[in-house]
Amino acid sequence: MRPASAQAAVPRSPPAAGIDAIDRRIVAATQAGLPRVPRPYHAVADEIGITAAEVMRRSRHMLDAGIIRRIGAVPNHYALGYRANGMTVWDVPDDRVRELGRIIGALDFVSHAYHRPRHPPDWPYNLFAMVHGRDRAEVEEKVRRIAAFLGDNDRGHDVLYSTRILKKTGLRIGQ
Amino acid sequence: MRSAEFSEIDRRLLNDFQQEFPLSPTPYADIARALGVSEDEVIAALARLQARGAVSRVGAVVRPNTVGASTLAAMSVPPAEIERVAALVSGFPEVNHNYEREHALNLWFVASAPEADRLRAVLDDIAARTGYEVLAFPLVEDYHIDLGFDLRI
Repeated sequence: MRPASAQAAVPRSPPAAGIDAIDRRIVAATQAGLPRVPRPYHAVADEIGITAAEVMRRSRHMLDAGIIRRIGAVPNHYALGYRANGMTVWDVPDDRVRELGRIIGALDFVSHAYHRPRHPPDWPYNLFAMVHGRDRAEVEEKVRRIAAFLGDNDRGHDVLYSTRILKKTGLRIGQ
Repeated sequence: MRSAEFSEIDRRLLNDFQQEFPLSPTPYADIARALGVSEDEVIAALARLQARGAVSRVGAVVRPNTVGASTLAAMSVPPAEIERVAALVSGFPEVNHNYEREHALNLWFVASAPEADRLRAVLDDIAARTGYEVLAFPLVEDYHIDLGFDLRI
């Protein structure tokens, strides 16, 4: 490994279609947490200087377009007793990663499933699936179930347990 | 944490409102009607759940790389250096998650920026200031169908 450099280019993503500065301000204002007042969208609207109807209309549009995935209570797994957090990583054939990723991503105990780049030779894994359990035994049992789904396509895997949460804040975006 | 520690309202709020939080002028009153309680009780229960850390927030979850750019990244840091490097990484406002994990790659974080160029600059800056390589694991494709997480509490 070569020292002190950022490996693997971050992809250039085109600006999301249909997103303007007001949409970004709505996202920034709502993803940090809606105010706990009877009319929270009105409070957001006042902050931005538009109407509540406009906040709701734009939010609905972003939900329908998949820009906002959901609006709701974001649970903190650790505080709810899911103390074991295993990032499971899998080396599966590139030509099957999408098909397999969709199967693994649909499992009810997987909270995230992503195709990410390999960094050979040290990092052969291309499929990441986050698994939460009350303890490591529960995570291990789920890892065996994922391995069973993958069968021969599992050419190697690992589980990276978190030992410390050093920072966890909601996503903050600039305006 | 045992389920007995949560009231029925808590459980319903946690399990049934991870998505489909009402986009209406009075969302808390709408939830209250669905649960058969008062609006004040819903607001108070959410405040309690947040105060005890069970809910980190009630708000929007944005799909990665649609509003701004973000990536998972990892570093391999000697144990003697982990505190210094972790503090430095966490100190970046662009870093929103930072976890220590059991692996040769022992520091894993998520960095976000308004644009991809700025994100690259942040990763380069972290590498330069810590003296350790930063491996980027940008999302290629997301397979999770986000239906919320059944907490079974």
